[in-house]
Amino acid sequence: MKAGTPGAVPIQGGTDVMVEINFDVHRPAALLDLNQVPELFTWERIDGSYRVGAGVPYVQIIAELGHELPGLAQAARTVGSPQIRNRGTVGGNLGAASPAGDSHPPLLAGDAIIEVASAAGTRMIPAHEFYLGVKKSALRPDELIRAFWMKPADGPQYFSKVGTRNAMVIAVCSFAVALHPSERRVGTGIGSAAPTPRRALEAEAFLAESLDWEARMDPEVLRRFGELVAAAASPIDDVRGTADYRRHALAVMARRTLTWAWNDYRKVRAA
Amino acid sequence: MRVNFTVNGRAEAVDDVWEGESLLYVLRERVGLPGSKNACEQGECGSCTVYLDGTPVCSCLVAAGQVEGRTVRTVEGLATEDGLDPVQEAFVECGAVQCGFCTPGLIVQAHDLIDRVPDPSDAEIREALAGNLCRCTGYEKILDAVRLAASRKAVSS
Repeated sequence: MKAGTPGAVPIQGGTDVMVEINFDVHRPAALLDLNQVPELFTWERIDGSYRVGAGVPYVQIIAELGHELPGLAQAARTVGSPQIRNRGTVGGNLGAASPAGDSHPPLLAGDAIIEVASAAGTRMIPAHEFYLGVKKSALRPDELIRAFWMKPADGPQYFSKVGTRNAMVIAVCSFAVALHPSERRVGTGIGSAAPTPRRALEAEAFLAESLDWEARMDPEVLRRFGELVAAAASPIDDVRGTADYRRHALAVMARRTLTWAWNDYRKVRAA
Repeated sequence: MRVNFTVNGRAEAVDDVWEGESLLYVLRERVGLPGSKNACEQGECGSCTVYLDGTPVCSCLVAAGQVEGRTVRTVEGLATEDGLDPVQEAFVECGAVQCGFCTPGLIVQAHDLIDRVPDPSDAEIREALAGNLCRCTGYEKILDAVRLAASRKAVSS
C-alpha cells in the first residue's frame, strides 16, 4: 500500500503527525493508519536480542523493558507527558528523525538496528546509519519502519536531557551512554546538538584506549571525555538555547552520565 | 468518510468526516460533546484528554479515522445516574475549578490515575498531571482534589 501511494504519511500515535496537520504545516495526500497492524504493537526476544515493534508505545517500553533496555526506558520517561507516552512510539520518533527525538541517543549508544520493510523486502539499518539530515532518514518513500532491534544492556546505561521543566520539553540537548564491559567499550549518543542525532566517535575511541576497567574513574579521563563529546556536536543557536550552551551542557552531561554508569559498574564488580 | 465508534457507551456513525481532522473535532463539532476542550492542538496542554480504549490520550492528536471501531469515554461519560463521579465531586468541593477550561482534561487524567494507583503519592499525582496545564489555580487545589478523591475511593473500596 505504501509502495502504491508513496506520498501517504504513516500515522501511529499521531503525536507528531497530527501536530503538523492541526497547524497546517502539511496536508498529506493520504494518511496510512498503522494502528490497524497488530504486529507492530508487540515485542519479543529473538536470539538474545529484543525486537520491538514500531508501534509499541513509550509507556509499554517503560513498564516492560525498563530492566533490559534501561537507557531507552530512561529516555522514554522524559518524553512529553503521560498522555503522549501512552500514544507516542520509538517508531514514530524514527520516522520523524528529528535531531531532538528523545529515543535516538540511547538507540545510538546501545547499537540499535532499525528494521524497515517494503514490498521489495526487508532492510536492517544500524541506527548510526539511519539519520541522514534534519528530519531526514535512510527510510525510502516506499518503506515503513517495522521494528528496532537492541541487545539487552550488558552494562549500566544512562540518559540525560536538558530542558526547562521535567515534562513536555523538547530537549535543548541530550546525551546517552552505554557501558559494554565485555567489549571494553562505551557507546554514546548525542541528541539535539547537530543536524542529526550522532555518536561521539572520538570520545568513544578515547575511552576504548584510556579507560582502566579495573580502577576508579580517572578525573582526567572524565574531563577529556566531556571535552570530546562536546567537540563531536555541531549545535546551532535557536530559541531553546545557544550553541555554546549546548556544548557546555553536553560536556557536563557526558561527565555525569559516565560517572553514574561507572559507579554502578564498580558496585556490580565489588559485589 | 464515515467513522463508526462508541462514545460514552453509545454507538455513533459520523458522516462527512475529513480524514485529517482530529478526534477532538469530531467529539466537539460532530457528536455534540463539547466537554473536551480545544486549546493547543499539539498535545501540550491536556485539555482534550479522553479515554481511547481505556487509555488517556490527547484527542487532538488522534486522527478521526483511527477511532474506527474503537471506544471513547469523555468527561461527559464519567458521571452516572447517581450523580457526579467522585473525582468530579472532589474538584467541586476543593475549589479546584476556576475558569474551568482545563478541568475536563484534568478530571479524566486524575480519574485514570486513581483507577491505576489507588493511593497515589504527591510525586505520582504531579507526574500523572504533568501534561495538563492550568493557568488559574496554581495547582494546589487540584492536588487537594485528587488526594480527596483518592482517599474517598480507598474508604469506599
